[in-house]
Amino acid sequence: MKAMTVKFESQRVSRLYFTAAIGLFVGQIIFGLTLGLQYLIGDLAFPAIPFNIARMVHTNLLIVWLLFGFMGSAYYLIPEEADTELHSPLLAKLLFWVFLVAGAATILGYLLVPYAKLAEWTGNDLLQTMGREFLEQPLPTKVGIVIVALGFLFNISMTVLKGRKTAISLVLLMGLWGLALLFLFSFVNPSNLVRDKMYWWFVVHLWVEGTWELILGALLAFVLVKTTGVDREVIDKWLYLIITMALVTGILGTGHHFYFIGLPGYWSWVGSVFSALEPIPFFMMTLFAFNMVQRRKREHPNQAAVLWAVGTAVMGFLGAGLWGFIHTLSPVNYYTHGSQVTAAHGHLAFYGAYVLVVIAMISYAMPILRGWEAAPKRAQNAEMWSFWIMTIGMAVMVLALTGAGILQVWLQRIPTEGAMSFMATQDQLRFFYWVRVAGGVMFLAGLLTYLASFFIGPAPDESEQTGGRLATA
Amino acid sequence: MAQGFTSQAARNIFYGGTVFFVLLFAVLIFNTESRIPERSKAADITPAVVRGKHLWETRNCIGCHTLLGEGAYFAPELGNVYKRRGPDFIKAWIKSQPTGTPGRRQMPNFNFSDAQLDDLVEFLKWTNGVDTEKWPPNIEG
Repeated sequence: MKAMTVKFESQRVSRLYFTAAIGLFVGQIIFGLTLGLQYLIGDLAFPAIPFNIARMVHTNLLIVWLLFGFMGSAYYLIPEEADTELHSPLLAKLLFWVFLVAGAATILGYLLVPYAKLAEWTGNDLLQTMGREFLEQPLPTKVGIVIVALGFLFNISMTVLKGRKTAISLVLLMGLWGLALLFLFSFVNPSNLVRDKMYWWFVVHLWVEGTWELILGALLAFVLVKTTGVDREVIDKWLYLIITMALVTGILGTGHHFYFIGLPGYWSWVGSVFSALEPIPFFMMTLFAFNMVQRRKREHPNQAAVLWAVGTAVMGFLGAGLWGFIHTLSPVNYYTHGSQVTAAHGHLAFYGAYVLVVIAMISYAMPILRGWEAAPKRAQNAEMWSFWIMTIGMAVMVLALTGAGILQVWLQRIPTEGAMSFMATQDQLRFFYWVRVAGGVMFLAGLLTYLASFFIGPAPDESEQTGGRLATA
Repeated sequence: MAQGFTSQAARNIFYGGTVFFVLLFAVLIFNTESRIPERSKAADITPAVVRGKHLWETRNCIGCHTLLGEGAYFAPELGNVYKRRGPDFIKAWIKSQPTGTPGRRQMPNFNFSDAQLDDLVEFLKWTNGVDTEKWPPNIEG
């Protein structure tokens, strides 16, 4: 265990963000398990926590913790790439607390106040933005997100401007600016539902299948640069080609959400063709990760970080690429739209692409923030175990939901006459829903293993070189 | 990757490709905008429909149901519920919640007034008239 510390003091603010991200992740999974059980025991926790509230907490926590993860990653990565201290570490700390308090207040609001009351109290009548999937936040929270995002972007942009401009930091900046600008569409809520839905996708789709892929690419490239020592010229080329394909396919790929919500029929063609190509950037990411690891110029002691990075590339391809592809063509989507197949894809894509890349970043950065080049061997082993337990748990969940979705389509969607009703169909899916819960329990076990890895110290024969954060080179 | 293909070249492809597809997307959205009124029968959006949409949103209905296939997958699709069940059933159903049947999924009671129930039904009736390219495949949604 070699001692090592951050290159720039200001990188330390990222530790706050990473800690909050992991804490909220645990909350997300607990609510996820509750939801999985509510599918089976319909009146569980009713009326205290109805399904819609638990789901809102589950999805909003996911978004918030990933944003914490992205911001923490940026605060770690940008000073190192720009080769200069962060513009204002104080602003970064201040915004952290603003975001955490606003986030916690919002979640408590969901849990403790009836949603209609919450809307009334928070001025939803001034500008009606609530009650749309994933964008349920009250107006003050949405405004708060914009303020935090602007402060954050100001901070990291100023850092890049005064320092070295690398491809990784430019791509990350573009992704984060895109994320913030597209969020402004969450304030657009026309009274025509069709128009409302169209602009809603400007946030939701152009985030996860657009700007977030830039962030994903940049973070993955950073971890690979650091752990493999491969030449930047090579990695930069890959990064640009990957994000080119991401946007070339992803922007018009938005059309795969426009098939059946009242928009013109030509979106069937546009959406099918371009979204069928959307797996390409994810496949390139897989090739990229394996290629870089094969051509590595050094054996980095943090093998856990390498596993998370390669895991991101592979699971991102399976979840976002393959599981997206199976239901993206318009004639297929006609039957699967809004079924459990969608849920299967959503889970694997978010886990594979975004959850894993944030953990890869944390896994690389956290030991250094704690004063070591890499975590103790035993801690890394626990991390690697947690990767496999979480990933297999997720795979069980996704296969179960896919099975449920196929049966649902078969019973409820395909028959032209005498189709089974929604609720009658749900009763037929119980076996798959139980398997899903089992997968979820396994996932939680993996997550707890991951948490435990932070508390595992070095083995007695490993600790000689430990210098802690005082012994800086 | 061929020799001479530099990261600057890759970056330029990225900028060029992105700008081109953003513009193409903008053109399509511009055209789509002009088609929305006719496809959604925007002329039928009465004040009652607008009020109904507001009720739909502030009760977080999307947290359990789908509407035109989007939302949560815990409770039935409501884009075509007007055709499937009719106005009177919808109102009676909402009023009678929760059923309280042990082990079954429960819908909260929102204590709607009769006027609010009418608004909600007007919203669902208008939604049912949107041209969705014949989705869902059958009446069960």
